[in-house]
Amino acid sequence: MSATPEPFLGTLDHTPVRHHILSVLVENKAGVLARIAGLFARRGFNIYSLAVAPAESNARFSRVTIVVDAESAPLEQIVGQLDKLVNVVAISDLSPKDALERELLLATVRTNVDNRTSLLDIIANAGAAIVDVDAKSVTIMLAGTPGGCDELERALESFADVELHRTGRVALPRLGKTASA
Amino acid sequence: MQLTGAQALIKSLEQQGVEVVFGLPGGAILPVYDPLLDSSIRHILVRHEQGAGHMAEGYALATGRPGVAMVTSGPGATNIVTPIGNAHMDSTPLIVITGQVASGSIGTDAFQECDITGITMGITKHNFLVKSAQEIPRAVAAAFHLATTGRPGPVLIDVPKDVTQSMMDWWYPSTIEEYDLPGYRPEVALDQDAIERAVALISQAERPVLYVGGGTLKSHATKELLAFAERTRMPVVTTLMARGSFPDSHDQHLGMPGMHGMYTAVTAIQKSDLLISLGARFDDRVTGKIPAFAAGAKVIHVDIDKAEFNKVRHADVAIQSNVAAALRALDAASAIPKNLDSWWRQIRDWQAQYPLVYEEPSDDGLLRPQHVIEAIARKAEPGTIVTSGVGQHQMWASQFWKYEEPGTWINSGGAGTMGFGVPAAIGAKVGRPDRTVWCIDGDGCFQMTAQELVTARSEGIPIKVAILNNAYLGMVRQWQEMFYDERYSEVYLSADLPDYVKWAEAMGCVGLRATNLKEMHDVIEEANKINDVPVVIDFRTDSSEKVFPMVAAGASNDDIMVHPLQRGASK
Repeated sequence: MSATPEPFLGTLDHTPVRHHILSVLVENKAGVLARIAGLFARRGFNIYSLAVAPAESNARFSRVTIVVDAESAPLEQIVGQLDKLVNVVAISDLSPKDALERELLLATVRTNVDNRTSLLDIIANAGAAIVDVDAKSVTIMLAGTPGGCDELERALESFADVELHRTGRVALPRLGKTASA
Repeated sequence: MQLTGAQALIKSLEQQGVEVVFGLPGGAILPVYDPLLDSSIRHILVRHEQGAGHMAEGYALATGRPGVAMVTSGPGATNIVTPIGNAHMDSTPLIVITGQVASGSIGTDAFQECDITGITMGITKHNFLVKSAQEIPRAVAAAFHLATTGRPGPVLIDVPKDVTQSMMDWWYPSTIEEYDLPGYRPEVALDQDAIERAVALISQAERPVLYVGGGTLKSHATKELLAFAERTRMPVVTTLMARGSFPDSHDQHLGMPGMHGMYTAVTAIQKSDLLISLGARFDDRVTGKIPAFAAGAKVIHVDIDKAEFNKVRHADVAIQSNVAAALRALDAASAIPKNLDSWWRQIRDWQAQYPLVYEEPSDDGLLRPQHVIEAIARKAEPGTIVTSGVGQHQMWASQFWKYEEPGTWINSGGAGTMGFGVPAAIGAKVGRPDRTVWCIDGDGCFQMTAQELVTARSEGIPIKVAILNNAYLGMVRQWQEMFYDERYSEVYLSADLPDYVKWAEAMGCVGLRATNLKEMHDVIEEANKINDVPVVIDFRTDSSEKVFPMVAAGASNDDIMVHPLQRGASK
């Protein structure tokens, strides 16, 4: 139990082998995100992705969805240390099989006459949408599962010029499943 | 009632029952120093902000009440970062109030601006940047609540100058709800199932050890510990942070475990089949090589902080609770181990074979530091408070002084902050003026914070300081001798430079020196007669003296090195 964990360097399919989703309700106060990020940094925990937004139309709280690499440190340690932050109100631990996860992907792809058709095929296959278009480029959007976003990202690798952004995932428990606190 | 933010801040401290603040004024905190003149709160003017922080820690550890320090922005704030870090490592309740540049100047690199809430984020239990005067009472009340409940720790309140200068309508929170801490739940209900599983483990135990840590002192559980230990007849070890939680004179007490622990305490843990950890955190200075630590033992881990469970060592049973409540529950459930007669016979054998020893000093040679400590202790009143810096002298002060009650041993454990001893002694004496306070210090440590003796003299705080002057950074020297082929690199300090007697006198203290046994007895007697001013004694000790027993860093506790006088004897 003693060895320093190996740093998690990520995998090609963007999904850590043992990731967990922590849905963290925090007070909406200045510096809360710095407290969380600082805690992860100094304890050697790895954040895979992180998304923050006000929670339940209540300006007092925000919800931070953190995908953590549970191989960088035992999940119990991560949750235990996180829970000690005074501004952290509640932590739900969602295991991937019990969670509904969604993520937003935006990508601007430079196209030409030769490859525009194949891009349209990719868009159709992925269930993505075109949100902007001009003579040289197409901007597409996918709101989908992290796996779906991974697949779309891989499919776009055949294009030379792609600017791609992902939001990191948000999650809720599947109906009938409760998150462990 | 309309008050300035500064008046509200002082009034809030009064509401919390604060009797003393250790601090040093400056630009950004200036408004707060004005109403202090009209307050019942005593202010101790320090000579360096680090001193203010360690004094507040010493006060807290001696009294069990939170210590309060107040400093200005920028360098005033950064100078107190070390005490904050120290209090964080040792879970000491500490309130630090820092001035901040005016709100409108924050972020502009204004004169004496620094982001002290950012700097101390990782070494405080929590910190606040107060945005309006109206919020000051809430911040103060919440800070005291946070610092003193659950696992205690330091809390910093950063107050911009315009906030202390603006007006507010006086109020004070009367309920915890008004503290506005929706995410803070320091106490959880005791898990009865865990208690039952602990009772079951205890009932199977043939070689149990009570591994007592600082949390036992923090939760004021010494009575419960004594009752539990005596009822179950289990042997007790007390960590460096728990010295005084169980009487050293008690025959079930095996002493301190760890790197410089008693042979029997270390070995009993190694051979135990059940380790009951009470507010301890399996620090590396206790465990040595972790996989080899008490390898055959099951662990019952009692801690108020659930993040301590399974952090270092797997807990077979984890009980999230303060130590007092957990021990009461275990007692109520009549937890009792098997017959411990053969375990005690084994323990008594170890004790007989490997007591704490050192070479007898000769009449004309240099003093033995261990002997000096024993000589001071012999002449000290019961209940004397001992503080120390960090290094060899600290280990000897823990080993050779006998602690009988809580709050009599005050030192820097987790952080290992050199220079802690003198200011901590001053703070302890302020909190417990009825007690004699000795600082057992090293010459290296003394030089780091000695200027606070000026504070002690001018404020009328008569502490006694014993410098075990071996002319070296002794612990580093010991490691270089043992592990670096006696290649001494940057550890020599000189016994004569500075002249500690003249330095003490220049600071208004009595300065004494002892170079041989007769002088040693004389100066101790003389120091004990002085009760109006601080006394500093320069004891010239043998620099080749080393701390034993010792477990080398990262080694297994099975490979404990006993004193050279005891080597060759069979284990």
